[in-house]
Amino acid sequence: MKILSKEVISEAKGVRIMRIKISAPQIAAKVKPGQFVVLMVGASGERIPLTVVDRDDEGITLIFQEAGLTSRLLGKVEIGDVLYALAGPLGHPTEIADFGKTILVGGGVGIAEIYPVARACKEKGNHLTVIIGARAKDLLILEKELKALSDEFFVATDDGSYGKKGFTTDILQDLLNQQPTTNDQRLVYAVGPLPMMKRVAAVTRPFGIKTIVSLNALMVDATGMCGCCRVTVAGKTRFSCIDGPEFDAHLVDFDELVKRNRIYEDKEKHICNLHNLS
Amino acid sequence: MKTKKNTSVTCITYPKELASSERSKNFSEVVFGLCEEEMLREASRCLQCKKPACIAGCPVGIDIKTFIYKLTRKDYAGAHYTIKEKNNFPSICGRVCPAEYQCRYACVLNKKKLPFASEEAINIHFLERFAGDYGVNNNLEALMSAGQEFSKYRVAVVGSGPAGLCCSGELARRGIKVVVFEGLQAFGGVLRYGIPPFRLPRDILDYEINHLKKLGVEFVPNFIIGRIKTLKELFSEGFSAIFLGLGAGTPSFLGVKGENLCNIYSANEFLTRVNLMSAYKFPEFHTPVNIGKKMLVIGGGNTAMDAARVALRLQKMQGLAADTTIVYRRTEVELPARRLEIGHAKEEGVVFRFLVQPVEFVGDEKGFVRKIKCLQCQLGDPDDSGRRRPVAIEGSDFEIACDAAIIAVGLQANQILTGVTPELKVDKYADLIVDAQTMETSLKGVFAGGDIVGGEGTVIEAMGMAKKAARAIINYLSKKT
Repeated sequence: MKILSKEVISEAKGVRIMRIKISAPQIAAKVKPGQFVVLMVGASGERIPLTVVDRDDEGITLIFQEAGLTSRLLGKVEIGDVLYALAGPLGHPTEIADFGKTILVGGGVGIAEIYPVARACKEKGNHLTVIIGARAKDLLILEKELKALSDEFFVATDDGSYGKKGFTTDILQDLLNQQPTTNDQRLVYAVGPLPMMKRVAAVTRPFGIKTIVSLNALMVDATGMCGCCRVTVAGKTRFSCIDGPEFDAHLVDFDELVKRNRIYEDKEKHICNLHNLS
Repeated sequence: MKTKKNTSVTCITYPKELASSERSKNFSEVVFGLCEEEMLREASRCLQCKKPACIAGCPVGIDIKTFIYKLTRKDYAGAHYTIKEKNNFPSICGRVCPAEYQCRYACVLNKKKLPFASEEAINIHFLERFAGDYGVNNNLEALMSAGQEFSKYRVAVVGSGPAGLCCSGELARRGIKVVVFEGLQAFGGVLRYGIPPFRLPRDILDYEINHLKKLGVEFVPNFIIGRIKTLKELFSEGFSAIFLGLGAGTPSFLGVKGENLCNIYSANEFLTRVNLMSAYKFPEFHTPVNIGKKMLVIGGGNTAMDAARVALRLQKMQGLAADTTIVYRRTEVELPARRLEIGHAKEEGVVFRFLVQPVEFVGDEKGFVRKIKCLQCQLGDPDDSGRRRPVAIEGSDFEIACDAAIIAVGLQANQILTGVTPELKVDKYADLIVDAQTMETSLKGVFAGGDIVGGEGTVIEAMGMAKKAARAIINYLSKKT
């Protein structure tokens, strides 16, 4: 649980995205793409889930954006510091197979989460199309790494400061329009802000392409004990932590999840103000 | 460690309690222990029956007659050790056991007119608590068993709740090297995340866990067996046997419309936020919990009582008027909760609405719950549980306003380990199937107890199964030698 390395991988408009490597050889030995860990920075902290982006024999790598109090406190840890708690790996691993043509869509810090999936898909022989997007050029992460894995690679920025101006879903829509035939041997995998994942689902639905999203619901224990992370999928309540975090994007009730993820918005603002982090 | 004692002599059978006006402002323990004089008076009421029915009423068969006799002779250490022969944690069980359904119900002084003990029955749990706390306050050592021929063995215990703690104590006393693996950051399982501190003070729980550490038990937090290690790997790493005390970890919901609206919690989530993560100390502790002006709790068990009493305290601590209502489908008599907790909830100001069946939650445009639609019920014929079934009355629709709701309608098995271990046979509820005599699962050398076997039960029932499993584990190890 000791911090082995730490770096800021993007910083713009007051937003920092950090990469940390944590000593956790036992978790590292088991973790698979798509799985996450839950951690506490300090004894008075929250338990938060974070997707494992990379691993080696020593430990695991996490990438996160400083947003609420806990991620900012995590951004303040120094090399050599020890986390109060770290448990995992949790959630179902991504189902990796040769899907033929695989399109991966990553938005914002979600780009980090498609990276391990991209590598695993490439190893299985998939033809890989990667679309990444962020608000602005300086907030893009892992561009070089993902480009190297991709057969086709696209970038979108909201402000047009790099790549195509607009959203990742605009590029996805264009791509699918160019190759409109539905094909069982295709998969779209998307991770990013909820509105992006919802749009991805809307874009792929008419084409009937299997589309998987990794949801970022709020969690407490993250082991199926509390139901904080419940999400409606195909009309049924599922727990993101043990039933997910990946679900069929066409069946997820995104609007409900958007609302549920705002349950503590006021308290989060309040506690960030108290810590002079607003 | 200090336990509050009452020095007044006016009370005969009941210990003093924190005034209800004081209680709801904090998480201090509500029930004070009996002082020596009160305890002696209560113990002396025991008839010392030739055939003590109370012992048969205890899930672990504590020699209640003998320990009460020792109390009357002021042999407090003796009373303590008499209980410990059967129950490792008398300070815990003396506080949380539903005695009125168990030993006290069996007591010959019980009038037996209701499904729970009448007040005439000896207050065995208060006497047990006195003997337990005597051990805590005087730091009485655990008795190691003679002969440490098992010291070469290592046993893994998965889960640190009542069953896991009990099993590790039993094994450690025989010199077995026990390692307890817990998924969360703190130990105690439901005793930590579920039962609030005002019912079970954390210093008592910490004392019992430290006590096990002194016996040589090793505790590993943040370690989710099934994820970070498989059972097979535990065996290959040198563990000779495994005990699974996984608990009933997954909350049930009502399955009604609108149940995923914001501010609708499972009791597990609500209590975990408050008890384990200390959300009642937000923002000093960073985990939040939303307390409404009108809190609703749905259910009638101990967990519902705990959730309601926590909700009410947090309303008061946040300067809100106390407005917490328990909604239950049957009537007061059928409430499965301990009578003591029901009484405390009422004293503290929790409102009960009986014969009410929730039908739908309704929220506002932001997705926060605003009211619940209900039906009035009447009691029909008894169901499988023997309790009269609530039958909704057609056309009796009404609404209750609320801005937060807690669902406390039971738990199911957590499948985080069983789901990845197909060799472990489970029943249709995903509970482990075990040999009734040995508590051994379908996997050789893997034993189990507590709520993961047979579903939700009490702390003492979990301990009873754990003790049985511990005996079987020792027997299993002795055959290996």
